[in-house]
Amino acid sequence: MTSASTPAKARGGANPYLKRLMWPLAVLVALIVVNIAVTGFDFIVPSVNDDRLGGAFVNILRRSAPLLLVSLGMTLVIATKGIDLSVGAVYAIGAAIACQMIIDAENQSAPGLIFAAVALALVVTGVIGAWNGTMVAYFGIQPIVATLILMIAGRGIAQLVTGGQIPKVQDSSPFTELGRGAILTVPVPIVIAALVLLLLALLTRRTALGMLLESVGGNPEASRLAGIRSKGITVLVYLVCGLCAGLAGLIGAANLGSADANNGGLWIELDAILAVVIGGTALLGGRFFLLGTTIGVVIIGTLEDTIINVGLSSQWQFTAKAIVVFVVALLQSPEFRAWILKPFKRKPETPAPAPAEEVLAK
Amino acid sequence: MSTQTLTERPSRSTLFDGLTRYVPIGATVALLVALYLGGVANYRNFDNPQVIAKLFIDNASLLVIAVGMTFVILSGGIDLSVGSVMAFATMACAWLTVEAGISAPLAVALVLAFGTAWGLLIGSVIHYFHVQPFIATLVGLFLFRGLTLQISDTDVSMRDVEFFHWGMTHVDFGEVRDGGFWLPYLSFLAFAVVIISFVVLHYTRFGRGVYAVGGSESSALLMGLPVARTKIGVYAISGFCAALAGVLAAFATKSANPLANVGAELDAIAAVVIGGTLLTGGAGFVLGTVAGVMVWGMLNTLIAFQGNLSSWWARIVMGVLLLAFILLQRVLARSGEKRRT
Amino acid sequence: MSDEPIVQMTGIRKDFTGVRALDGVDFTLRPGEIHAVMGENGAGKSTLIKVLTGVHTPDAGQIRLDGRPVRFHSPGAAQAAGISTVYQEVNLTDNLSVAENLFAGREPRLGPFINFRAMRRKARALLDDIGIDLNVAAPLSSYSIAMQQLVAISRAVDIEAKVLILDEPTSSLDRDEVAVLLGVMRRLAAQGTAMVFISHFLEQVYEISDRMTVLRNGKLVGEWATANLPESALIGHMLGREAATLEQIERAVAAHRVADEAPLVTATGLGRKGSIAPYDLDVHRGEVVGLAGLLGSGRTETVRLIAGADRADSGELRFEGGKVGGHNPRTAAARGIAFCPENRKTEGLVGDLTVGENMILAMQAARGWARSIPVARRDRIVAEFIEKLGIRPADPDMPVKNLSGGNQQKVLLARWMIIEPKLLILDEPTRGIDVGAKADIQRLVAELSGEGMAVLFVSAELDEVTRLSDRIAVLRDRELIAVLESEADMTTERIVDTIVAGGKND
Repeated sequence: MTSASTPAKARGGANPYLKRLMWPLAVLVALIVVNIAVTGFDFIVPSVNDDRLGGAFVNILRRSAPLLLVSLGMTLVIATKGIDLSVGAVYAIGAAIACQMIIDAENQSAPGLIFAAVALALVVTGVIGAWNGTMVAYFGIQPIVATLILMIAGRGIAQLVTGGQIPKVQDSSPFTELGRGAILTVPVPIVIAALVLLLLALLTRRTALGMLLESVGGNPEASRLAGIRSKGITVLVYLVCGLCAGLAGLIGAANLGSADANNGGLWIELDAILAVVIGGTALLGGRFFLLGTTIGVVIIGTLEDTIINVGLSSQWQFTAKAIVVFVVALLQSPEFRAWILKPFKRKPETPAPAPAEEVLAK
Repeated sequence: MSTQTLTERPSRSTLFDGLTRYVPIGATVALLVALYLGGVANYRNFDNPQVIAKLFIDNASLLVIAVGMTFVILSGGIDLSVGSVMAFATMACAWLTVEAGISAPLAVALVLAFGTAWGLLIGSVIHYFHVQPFIATLVGLFLFRGLTLQISDTDVSMRDVEFFHWGMTHVDFGEVRDGGFWLPYLSFLAFAVVIISFVVLHYTRFGRGVYAVGGSESSALLMGLPVARTKIGVYAISGFCAALAGVLAAFATKSANPLANVGAELDAIAAVVIGGTLLTGGAGFVLGTVAGVMVWGMLNTLIAFQGNLSSWWARIVMGVLLLAFILLQRVLARSGEKRRT
Repeated sequence: MSDEPIVQMTGIRKDFTGVRALDGVDFTLRPGEIHAVMGENGAGKSTLIKVLTGVHTPDAGQIRLDGRPVRFHSPGAAQAAGISTVYQEVNLTDNLSVAENLFAGREPRLGPFINFRAMRRKARALLDDIGIDLNVAAPLSSYSIAMQQLVAISRAVDIEAKVLILDEPTSSLDRDEVAVLLGVMRRLAAQGTAMVFISHFLEQVYEISDRMTVLRNGKLVGEWATANLPESALIGHMLGREAATLEQIERAVAAHRVADEAPLVTATGLGRKGSIAPYDLDVHRGEVVGLAGLLGSGRTETVRLIAGADRADSGELRFEGGKVGGHNPRTAAARGIAFCPENRKTEGLVGDLTVGENMILAMQAARGWARSIPVARRDRIVAEFIEKLGIRPADPDMPVKNLSGGNQQKVLLARWMIIEPKLLILDEPTRGIDVGAKADIQRLVAELSGEGMAVLFVSAELDEVTRLSDRIAVLRDRELIAVLESEADMTTERIVDTIVAGGKND
């Protein structure tokens, strides 16, 4: 997973990169320490049961895989100054298509069928992503607006696919392996998520895609005049985001063995945005950090376990998440840091970035 | 030389100006009429006035949060917390009357004050710490859903039922059977919110300040307008409206459901946009929002009359309409830009 | 004219994360005077103004207004104390009407409600008084930027300010509009309003100001009565060195053009509705063609069509003899047409990216995202151009937004020089940058054309156009009205005459 950071070093940007990652890493370590304190080292040490890795932390990673996939796509979209609110709905659509196609078949275990179902789901979700990208790039519609449309309508479409039912795939179908299986003892969701992370890291940092993305996100008009195919890049990024969301939906559905159009991936777009922001990528676009996003996802996943481990009811999850969003948002605000540190600083020389100036700079 | 006069005729700026400014809202109203006539043509009893009245009974809460949302969106922000705040407000009414034994009117007052205070807090965070509205109000979405679930993860019934009956007290306008209709008090509360908001937005300094901040925040600041007060104010209004919507829901159902109104913020945003308000802020009308909410209600009514359609069709149609309206606004904005340069 | 100062700023210091923008600056403003604050970019003019208007709070020093110490925490507070400001960018909200913009925050009211009728009446009276005639109920966005700026000025005037600050108010105005503005300023001065005037148009400064304060590198150089400070001395104080460097390249760039060679670029009937009327223009290798005209005359629009930044809807463009189809910035760059746009912050540079990344952006764009430029090659190119253009600080990894305007412009130039274009289009490359960088860029233009590059050069400063150009295209009212070719025509007077005459022909 470290491969995402090495190209950054090569670009001479190691220092700001590490600085950005420091805060989320510290939070993650703190959460892990709390869990270890409560449940012992079993929390972090993986165990091997039935030829597959288990243990609390591995399970967290396994459960976080769909969110990681969605968040990685979201990171790229946010880097272009965009946002994709439709990922939750796309997740549901992907899951619905695959499951519906499998239960409609007579032999739910046929490899060809599974392959076709997965492929169809990915094609459809990719097309949906490309459609979002087209709205943004070619019609010039704000991303939040363009993707809001599918956020509102998407679950309806998923219902349309499943006919309002919840399709249940037989447990014997190999499709469920996507969510429950293991390759060389490592759970399949973790393998897929890690591969996608690696792939996207290579794709953005070994090629110039990352820099061009940051350029398009930082200043779209300047990028156009510099001759960058920003429209194509934008569509590509939304397409990748749609694909990631679809893939996440497949893993989620495979894990449950069913696709719930109403509740599958509910609020995952918000969790994903949260993970991206925790990871240090600014919502205003520009610089992005895939590794930071990964840490953000693990933080969110660990948080859910931490709540149970410290003996709070599971109803606390929302509240805890709210507190995390609040704290992270405040910590990332220079104005807040200046304000909170003011009583500790005596020297008048240390100027806080003047808020008014930032307003003007917009 | 200073007697020289420079004259310039305005070029048409389609987004904010003249009749074209009313194209989106005109389209919404036309759509509303078309939906209604379609209903009348296809279903018996659709022409009963109570069908229209029912729009304002079923959607009174949505109307109120959409009005609050209109303020926020006009100022260039967004408020994702309204659905959760609304559910929390309903639950708080129940908890305060049942568990804490507080009298119902006091409970309602407390809830309204709390909603406003929350809006003030989150507005301050957005303004002073430059946290993006999207993220800051996301906190509210999670927080209040969580708190609601912590109070109770099952339905709770109100105590002090006579008080909560007040909201559903009928006001009759003729006999329903003879072509009359009735509305409950809570619909009139929603109407009052709309009228007050209309006046505030169009005829007070605060209201014009909301448009100015939505047009350009940095300019508004340099013009010496009270930007802080305006920005924090819109979130306070939205918080108040969300709490009031929760109270209206308490009136209507006399019980609180911890999972009520999931996604209500989306319905409200959709209604605001379909009502002709620009999501980027600075242009729109609160009366358009009323039309947007009515479209949503009308779609649900049609589905109910059809009987064999699932309610998610309303969402799909709403998405399609949203798409159409967004494209329309985009076209108008583009032609405006072309004329100016 | 009373000598009791209305504003007295003493020992003002202001730091921005490590940079001292103002260092012990004193500034005195007396009632009824027009006081110019002069200095290069980065001298601290804007910071001084922002401290006075409450946008920034000073880290040290004192501000006295009418003898009483004051401290403003917001522009609103300064405004309430009688200091009103007009900035270079129009700071109004263009979604509201002209009248609302004029009276925003202080609308006439009936009880708690705004009295729109009274507001429109007052707005009309105010604009009449200033000498502009607009429909006050129309949204501000329906007027030109220049007219919007005059509305901003009217608003500032009407606030009954004791002190009126005008920060580069004339940069978007044409001559008639400047005349109106200066007239208003004289009248206000006669009524006793004190004014601070910042402008990089020296002629305007000399025409209108009574007194000048000169800043350099955040420090005060001195204060003089305008009448006692000749232009050469002023420039000397601003630059901190005698003799303006600009003089040295005076017409050093005699005609490079090879007379009988076919033109590199030929535009025939090229035009775009509502933007620029169809025009004919050609540019040869090694030639600098200047575009002169007032703001809004279509200078920028002309070059944007050739650059592919905007789409032409009539005529044709030929490049190296071949017809150009499907013209856009990407294909233009591929052909060897480079375009440095007018507004380097919003259209030129990507602020968050580093100096190096901004430099190689066009090259990388041409290669596509899949073929990254090898790191070693990239570093070599970037280092070479930082050296060649004298970009300071010479740090390729610094975010470009932290550089001064002149250095940013050089980064933008470097971006295009790296791809070795055949035609370089420069739209106002020297606007708002300091005199040193301006001289560097002018010299560079001369050098590049000497090496055989064709250059299209847009500038608001006629001096600059005449000094650098081999031929000058003159525009008026979105129409190309003449191309001046002979040596004798290369004077500012001829250009002005041509523009005036072009108007009479209508």
